[in-house]
Amino acid sequence: MRRQLPHDRALGSLRPGPHLPVLGPEMAILRSPSRVPARTGPVPEGLVQLRMPEVRFRFLDALWIQVTGTRCNIACRHCFSSCGPKADQIPMMSAGQVDEALEEGRSLGMRQVYFTGGEPFLHPDLPRMVRAALRLAPLTIVTNGLLIDDRAVEMILEESRRTRYSLDLRVSLDGTTAEENDRVRGRGTFEKVSETLRRLGRAGLSPLVAVVEHEGIVRAEARERFLQFLRDLGIARPRVQFQSLFRMGREMRRTHGYHDLGVLASAPLLSEVESRLPCATGRAVTSQGVYTCPMLVEHQSARLGDALAKSLHPIRMNWDTCQTCMLDGLHGSN
Amino acid sequence: MRAAFFGEVHGNSIALESAMRDAQRRGAEAIYCLGDVVGFGPHPDRSVELLRESGVATVQGEHDYAVGNEKPVAGTCYTNPGEERLARLDHDYTLEKISPGHRAWLAALPRRISFEHQGVRYLLVHGSPRRQDEQLWESSTPEDLLELLARDADADVLVCAHTGLHWQTALPSGRVVVNAGALGRPANDGTRRVWYAFLDTEAEEPFSFVPLEYDCERLAAQMRAEKLPSEFAEAILTGFWTTGLDVLPVKERLRGRH
Repeated sequence: MRRQLPHDRALGSLRPGPHLPVLGPEMAILRSPSRVPARTGPVPEGLVQLRMPEVRFRFLDALWIQVTGTRCNIACRHCFSSCGPKADQIPMMSAGQVDEALEEGRSLGMRQVYFTGGEPFLHPDLPRMVRAALRLAPLTIVTNGLLIDDRAVEMILEESRRTRYSLDLRVSLDGTTAEENDRVRGRGTFEKVSETLRRLGRAGLSPLVAVVEHEGIVRAEARERFLQFLRDLGIARPRVQFQSLFRMGREMRRTHGYHDLGVLASAPLLSEVESRLPCATGRAVTSQGVYTCPMLVEHQSARLGDALAKSLHPIRMNWDTCQTCMLDGLHGSN
Repeated sequence: MRAAFFGEVHGNSIALESAMRDAQRRGAEAIYCLGDVVGFGPHPDRSVELLRESGVATVQGEHDYAVGNEKPVAGTCYTNPGEERLARLDHDYTLEKISPGHRAWLAALPRRISFEHQGVRYLLVHGSPRRQDEQLWESSTPEDLLELLARDADADVLVCAHTGLHWQTALPSGRVVVNAGALGRPANDGTRRVWYAFLDTEAEEPFSFVPLEYDCERLAAQMRAEKLPSEFAEAILTGFWTTGLDVLPVKERLRGRH
């Protein structure tokens, strides 16, 4: 039997009530966790009769650019998009493709650019792409931190000095001990990331440390522990952000996928929740096109075409992964 | 024309009173308030009374909306459970203390004020023209987005507040965006001063920011007497923010102590 996670408790309040539309026999089976095969991806048509909530597109607050595709120097066991050293299902973007995405984002009023992968620091043209982004907007590089050496720190400092915009790093760390972190991120990563964080602290920088709530980590309890850990590494103004575990990609094989497909259809989509959904306020661009969000870049069903301008339309929450964002939207806090 | 623009009063009636006197001394013909009159500070009625008695044109902030309509505060300044708890305590305090007449006034405040002077169109909002709680920070708001916001709102000069840090920029189109900063708390710079924006249309640089000394010891004493969270008084007295730090863009964050 799986351990109950904090989100599961919140999910309990959303379970289908008597107001739920009448379901077919297939749906009844799907709602019984003991008989559900772990699955992820779009809800198959025909099998489920529920109509998932529609999310209006609001503003382009976040433009996610998957600069290195799925190519990563490590293969985290809980990765939601199966990235790794040999993962080439989504190829790297060229600097020209990144320029095009930035230009399109600029014309559409983007607020914040994110470079993701994979691991962005694997990209040979990263410094050039960083400079291009910072000419237009604030930039966050989402990274595992393992490749941030002294030269990379120098590049970050130099590019920060050159621009009025914030250049931020979002460094993944999933534990305050090797045992806790390396369980999901791989042996030896804890020591290496700690060294990177020390290096950034020495340079006067303060990365946003992103923590995935894998087993044992509950944001309300872990926050102060992580902040103290970062202070001890020499980061004067520690910053931490907790993120939900998406039960897809490699994580689905490590634990399980999603079970209860009725959750989304049964809950009314409150306006304050809707406004917090990534698909209401952002889009992801990869070398293969534009997608609803960075979580679904491996799903062809979430591809919205080639042009960002034509992708800013309502999205129906058709993927079981959407449950996690819905619950995050309900919680609201980090 | 000379005018003063006050952001983020947040119940700091002592600084508000000082700022009104200061602006008048500088020859301000008009004073505008950019909202969030209440929240965080002690005795919320006092700030409302000052503004109402003086007829200061005021736009509504998300705290004013929440208190006026007895709703939770929207927006995302407080993003972790500890700070959410403080914010709830504070909001409950304000809801309890505000008088019904002032609550109705807060609820009825407009979301925008616009006027034209010498052919220049000014637009005053709390967050941004499109969202009452949108944060326009200097280091995290693209120039192109500011152009779009101002253009779509038909504004040559856009004046906002909400973040607590003052800045201004002249856009390539010639439009100007001004964040008036905050009277309610210092600018996270280690001094006790608070800031407001001053417009003198005859000056070479029409907008300037005015630092203001006020009796912050008295404010802190009132906060303590009213049993408001000690973190709020600490920020007032040290000049460094103690809460709401998670939403600061990294450039602004690195300028503070915490």
